[in-house]
Amino acid sequence: MSTISTLPPKPPTQLKAQVNALNFYYGDFQALKNIDFPVEKNQVTALIGPSGCGKSTFLRCFNRMHDLYPNMRYEGEILLYPDAINIVDRHVDPIEVRMRISMVFQKPNPFPKSIYENVAYGLRVRGERLRKVIDEKVEDALRAAALWDEVKDRLHDLAFNLSGGQQQRLCIARALATSPEILLFDEPTSALDPIATAKIEELVNELKEKVTILIVTHNMQQAARVSAYTAFMYIGELIEFDDTRKIFTNPSSKLTEEYITGRFG
Amino acid sequence: MTEKLPGTAGDAHLRALRRAIARRKTWDWLFALGGVLALVLALLVFAMLFGQMLKNGLPHLSWDFVSSFPSRRAASAGILSAWVGTSLVMLVTAVVAVPVGVGAGIYLEEYAPKNLLTDIIEINVTNLAGVPSIIYGLLALGLFVYQFGLGQSIAAAGLTLALLILPVVIVATREAIRTIPQNIREGAYACGATKWQMVSQHIIPYSLPGIMTGVIIGLARAIGETAPIITIGALTFIAFLPPSPLGNPEHLISFEWLAAPFTVMPIQMFNWISRPEEAFQANAAAAGLVLVVMTLSMNAVAIGIRYHFRKRIKW
Amino acid sequence: MDSMPLKHSSQQWINPPADHRVGVRAIKRRRHLAERGIESLLLLAALVSVFTTIAIVAILVWESILFFRTVPLFDFLTDRQWTPLFDDAHFGIVALLSGTLTTTVVALLVAIPLGTVLAIYLSEFAPFRVRELAKPFLEMLGGIPTIIYGYFALLFVTPLLQRIYPDLPGFNMLSAGLVMGIMIVPYVSSLSEDAMRAVPMNMREASYALGATRLQTALFVVTPAALSGLASSYILGISRAVGETMVVAIAAGMQPSFTFNPLEPAATITAYIVQVALGDLPHGSIGYQTIFAAGLTLLLITLLFNILGHVLRKHFREAY
Repeated sequence: MSTISTLPPKPPTQLKAQVNALNFYYGDFQALKNIDFPVEKNQVTALIGPSGCGKSTFLRCFNRMHDLYPNMRYEGEILLYPDAINIVDRHVDPIEVRMRISMVFQKPNPFPKSIYENVAYGLRVRGERLRKVIDEKVEDALRAAALWDEVKDRLHDLAFNLSGGQQQRLCIARALATSPEILLFDEPTSALDPIATAKIEELVNELKEKVTILIVTHNMQQAARVSAYTAFMYIGELIEFDDTRKIFTNPSSKLTEEYITGRFG
Repeated sequence: MTEKLPGTAGDAHLRALRRAIARRKTWDWLFALGGVLALVLALLVFAMLFGQMLKNGLPHLSWDFVSSFPSRRAASAGILSAWVGTSLVMLVTAVVAVPVGVGAGIYLEEYAPKNLLTDIIEINVTNLAGVPSIIYGLLALGLFVYQFGLGQSIAAAGLTLALLILPVVIVATREAIRTIPQNIREGAYACGATKWQMVSQHIIPYSLPGIMTGVIIGLARAIGETAPIITIGALTFIAFLPPSPLGNPEHLISFEWLAAPFTVMPIQMFNWISRPEEAFQANAAAAGLVLVVMTLSMNAVAIGIRYHFRKRIKW
Repeated sequence: MDSMPLKHSSQQWINPPADHRVGVRAIKRRRHLAERGIESLLLLAALVSVFTTIAIVAILVWESILFFRTVPLFDFLTDRQWTPLFDDAHFGIVALLSGTLTTTVVALLVAIPLGTVLAIYLSEFAPFRVRELAKPFLEMLGGIPTIIYGYFALLFVTPLLQRIYPDLPGFNMLSAGLVMGIMIVPYVSSLSEDAMRAVPMNMREASYALGATRLQTALFVVTPAALSGLASSYILGISRAVGETMVVAIAAGMQPSFTFNPLEPAATITAYIVQVALGDLPHGSIGYQTIFAAGLTLLLITLLFNILGHVLRKHFREAY
């Protein structure tokens, strides 16, 4: 455990966000405890840990989803670069945060609208009216989500008619259409079959060229496959954060080692 | 796509974003204001309605008003026969609607097999809930008053209102029963209970708060119902009380009152509203005040029961 | 301590005395009979509602048949006057329908916008506290007897409107319709809110995650998803307005007249029934039969709306 990492040094990267001393409370219950954490630009960072460890809670801080429910409180900061605003500051508008940082949820949740309208939603919300611009961006987003070829002939079908995997890719396209800076994935494949899962993973890998990605997963192989960095969380605390290869081959914490070797979780 | 990222586009983009958000939030704020205004409007209407009746009716409200019969002279007229009539009609309504409504609710939730008859009963209950109250008045006029020969009696009015609130009681009973988890039933059967034992010892007691809420709301509605009672032709000048059910010299308990003519609170109020003289309209306001306080307090009790038990019982 | 009686009873089960078994069988038979009896009683209670419907339809149809023996259906539907008690009797139901339609439209112009805004506000905007207080308050408002609203319309709203428009007659459909609308608001708003609250939270989260505001989420995601539920609340509101009696009977007058002008007095179907019931018509006369023909018309209209409303609501429930 005491050996110095033998991994080759990473190329220097840019910081997209920096979490400093983040605490989060539901009423009196402290769900996140003093978390420090960097998010590298155009990389995939995975959050792993047993269920209830706070990884989803942590992820939802990034686009202020908690603000939808009463009795919660953030402390500390999540600085979003390049402008270094603290996105969990009370004075920062959650809507502005959500426009810059989008999210894909655990269960595919398309709107009861057509495929086209689902992807166009974010643009319409931003007040985009030009049909040409919307058409173009919808196509771009669907291509980026590897869904275009499957749906281009039925863009005006109801989104509910798609398969689960297609629905999830539609949700990814919906999030991509507005060109977010960070894309959050909250266990995006937990409701999908292995083939659909593989497609989403492949997609995540491609998308990091365009957007910084944070992904919560309960599946350790998935974290190993898609991410450059991995954070291990346990009961609201960040136990270890490191290069993914290092976490899975030579974790420095005993707890991390026990978790990734399947001794608990 | 990459080159359009706002982060790289710099501050100008962020500023534009913030302006757009501010604009949209103005709409948000305006709508919320509209919602608050709608709520305030509802409050205001209630305040005006209540205030109007207080202003006109309160000076008239006295013990004499409650203990006097209606009269040709507005100043000495009271609501004695009206509130006695309302009480007796409600007694009949409750005695009929509660067992029938609760029984029907229990049957539909616990006994009914999945068949055509059950479907018919269910659709029928939903539809009856939407039938205008005056139609019940026509039913009562044709059936109770003439076919059964009950005339314009307390029994006819009580039965009419019982049928009217039956759907309310049935729906409330069913909803209350539906919240009881299946494992309670299984637990009772596992101890060797018969179906009726299970129902009478578990289902009914546990659903009682919900049933009571429904019954009280139903009765509050029945108290204020005017149209069906006018329809059976009960708008007459009643300056006497029905025969007393107790203390009769010949029989201990008498049911003569059931066949007696009567008046009720809303009818008395309607009677006074229709008079052109202003003095009678003050009487109407005073009667209305009593009526509103009666229905509102019943509703408040029902809502109170529901909130109390919803908080206490967590299955 | 507990095991003692248990042991005792189990011994009894293993070795029951001969007459014990006979006793059990008798108890079983009695139990069975009692159970069957109770079930039959409960079924009977459930059937009361069916008998009620049958009786309503039978009585309305029977008296209407008697009515239509005297008055041809064609006249009933095409005549523009309704004067059954005059010497020159006319039986044109449209003279009553116009009153019903006008008051209903006025009521809906109040109830639908106000009810919808309230529903959206309470479901999507209002802080928890406001909602907890507003809901029982609205419920109470819906529980006030209709005669009180009638009194309010005649003696408060009409004089108020007369200040703005001095020529307004003492009985008019505008005042009755407005108050009826206020009366229906709690009904529409509570059914609409139920429909909106039934839209799953993950729909809202998806919308908020894309940067939508509350209003955008409410209007573009929640409302469309709850549309059939909203429509059903409107239709059930219409059905209530059509069947409402006391407000219109008190405030809109009881004089049948073929008009769609809300500033005029006119009788609705329900007000006409009240008017006839106030008099003393002999059982079996044509005047007596008219109220059943009018009642049958009313029942058919409300039935139509109720069925439509419930179909829409069922459709909405199936979507989620």
